[in-house]
Formats: sequence, structure tokens, C-alpha cells
Amino acid sequence: MPVEYLKETPSQTGGPYVHIGLLPVAAGLAYGTQEHPHILTGPGERIRIEGVVIDGSGHPVRDALVELWQADSEGRHNAGDFLGWGRAGAAFETGEWFFETIRPGVTPWRDGRPQARHVSLLIFARGINIHLHTRLYFPEDEAALEADPVLRSIEQAGRRPTLIATRLEGTPIPTYRLVIRLQGDEETVFFDM
Amino acid sequence: MSRLIDVTRPGLARPGPEPAELPRGDIMRRDRGAHPPAFTPGYKTSVLRSPRRALVSLEPGPGENTGPVFRASLLGPLENDLIRNYARDGEAIGERIIVHGKVLDECGRPVPHTLLEVWQANAGGRYRHVNDTYLAALDPNFGGCGRCMTDAEGNYFFRTIRPGPYPWRNNGSDWRPAHIHFSLFGEAFAQRLVSQLYFEGDPLIPLCPILGTLPDAAARERLVARLDMGQSVPFDALAYRFDIVLRGRRQTFFENKPEGH
Repeated sequence: MPVEYLKETPSQTGGPYVHIGLLPVAAGLAYGTQEHPHILTGPGERIRIEGVVIDGSGHPVRDALVELWQADSEGRHNAGDFLGWGRAGAAFETGEWFFETIRPGVTPWRDGRPQARHVSLLIFARGINIHLHTRLYFPEDEAALEADPVLRSIEQAGRRPTLIATRLEGTPIPTYRLVIRLQGDEETVFFDM
Repeated sequence: MSRLIDVTRPGLARPGPEPAELPRGDIMRRDRGAHPPAFTPGYKTSVLRSPRRALVSLEPGPGENTGPVFRASLLGPLENDLIRNYARDGEAIGERIIVHGKVLDECGRPVPHTLLEVWQANAGGRYRHVNDTYLAALDPNFGGCGRCMTDAEGNYFFRTIRPGPYPWRNNGSDWRPAHIHFSLFGEAFAQRLVSQLYFEGDPLIPLCPILGTLPDAAARERLVARLDMGQSVPFDALAYRFDIVLRGRRQTFFENKPEGH
């Protein structure tokens, strides 16, 4: 018999009312103070990340909750005062969500090779039994994207662009948009690690 | 009420430990067979919200082996007491319970100082959420969200009202068992977990399509909190025990080789 470990507690969906616990303001809970976990502050270039999650019928997932985890501007995790983590809820009318954060620095892959600058994203929602891991990359980092070890591990090269955001024009700060497709022809790449 | 604090305020992130102090070793692979698959048609909403392509398997890198560190000062004094943290002119109505337990990893190590967030319906099964229109009444003294942090030994507790079952639009007559949603971070983003706690003996448990997304009975059992008379408070509150297991971290016997990828 192989060695037995404790079994991880199984996942269950966050459900439609996930905001009560994780974004009380969005649920309409007036607890007195405001919370803006979609705004990350720290040294570096300020950027905005926005997007929408689309279901298999092409409709926005309007109760999605997205979490972000990223390195600081120098490519470090858990360094200094930069929390590196954020949480955003989709707008109930449109499904649109956004973060304001700083542009992450380059982080090393396991073997020391540089990874292209990116943020990690988690998707929670009603109908999603276990959260989905994905990444957002920046379109102007062309050479780094070409060499990125994680993007290269996606066998079908045609699926890699699903992780590369679009830079929007004419915005006050650099703004990137990522449409996350849960299912279908242009399905976003989701990771298991 | 101190429930909500701006987590973006400078200084809230704990000053980062030196790299040498960070836990080393990869988070162990997730046994996806012990979790619900994405596509579970008995739970209708999953049909259009489940990827059809396989997940891309990835070795964990520095962004997966680390995660946010929240300070204990994030929490106000009543945040783990749902009977009082939304109180207006009295305490919440319903069956008063304490929920407690230990957060461990798969290797049996306690997970200290990690954030646990919970949310739930009130005693009648009604959520305080703008999108919940169930006709059961709101409780003016019950909000339904709370947070706590595990102590140095991985222990947590909160006090609340046992939530009521409620109907939902799945098969017309589906009712959720009494349940409390919970969310955990662990010490790595790869350990992130959102799930639901159920109560021992609830006859709705075997009928629930959401619990039914879990492939086997043993997995469903791991989500059931046990009545714990030993920790009940006489003439005040019953207690339930619920231990939570996050992914383990393996030892680094050998450094990674550059040609290994």
C-alpha cells in the first residue's frame, strides 16, 4: 500500500451569494466601513486590469468573483508593504470586473529562467465546483511571452493567446482587458498545479 | 462595526519574511479525484460554466508556492461572532452554535495564522444579499458573514446561528441542506480552498445535487461537521467540530535541475 496522507477537504461551489462573505459591500451589507480589495497599492507603475467571464452560451457570468495574486514591481512575492493579493466581484448587471494594481516585475521560473510578467487569477462562481486557475499576461512583452516557460507548456500554441490581455487605447493609466471564456471554441486555458 | 477594513491600506501586509524564512518545497499535487469534477449536470449551472478542455498541468512556481499574508490586526473583536457582529437591537434569532476545529495540511501539520472567512443564511434560510428573494424573513440582527484566523496551532472557532435549509431553482423542489460556506488561504495560492460545511444527521444531505457533485461518499463525509457536546456551553450554545485539510507541502530532497523542464 502506498503511503497515505490526510485527504484534502473537498471543494464546493462558492454559490450565488459568495459576496456576503467575501465582498460584503457588493452583497448590500452595510457594515460601516468600505472595503476595496480590488485596489492594490504599492511602488511601481499603476495599471488597470479589467475583464468579464463568459459562459458556454456566450453570456457574462454576472456573479463571478475573481482573485488576483502577483509579484511586486521588483518581481518579489510577500515583500515590503505590497500585499500582492486582490479580490473583485463582477457587476451584477454586466459581469464586468476590474482591478487597479501595479505592473508586476519579472519572476523566475523554477529553474531560474525568467517568466513573462503576469498576474495569477482565480475564478469562483455559482456553477463552478472548484475554482479555476488562470493567468493574465501583457501583450507588449512580446519576446518574454515567446520564451515564457508556462506559456510554452501549453501544447497547442493557438491556445496561448487566451491568456494575453488586450491593451486599451486612450485610458488614463495603462489598461488591460482579458475576456475569460469558461467553455467553447476560444476557451481560456486553466491550470492545474 | 469593524468587520470591514481596507486591506489595501499600506502597512496591512505583514512585512515580508526574508526569503530564507519562506516555507520551501512544492505544494503537493491536488488529488482532483477527491474533488467534484467541473461538469456535473445534476447541478444545472455547472453545465455552461465548466471547461470542456483538460486543465493544463503545471509545476508550481514561486507564484503558486506563495500566497497573501494577512495580519491578525485585520480582524475586529466581533468578527468571529455572527450572533453579535450585525446586532442592531438584540441578538440574532435561532439555534446558537459554536463551530470550531483545526486546519491541517495533508501531512498533518497545523496551518497557523491563516484567514478563514465564512458566510451563511439565517435561521430561516434567508441570505442577506441583494439577489436573494426567498420569502423567509431577514433577521434584523443577523448579517451572516464572519472571519477568524487560526492560532499558532491551527485552531479556529466562531459563534453563529445554525442556518436553515432553503429552496433553490435547480430541479424545482431542491432544497439545500443547512450549510455554512467557508474560504481559506493557507500559506500558498495553490492551497486556496472554498467549500461548504454541513451538519451531522441532516436528512437533506443525501438529496443535495451540490453535495452530489462529489464523487464518493467518503468525500461527502469530510464536509460534515460533528456534534461536539464536549465543547457546548451549557444553557447557551451547542458546538460542532469541523477540521479542514489543505494541500500539503513536500520536502525538497533535491534542488531543481535546469534541464528538468
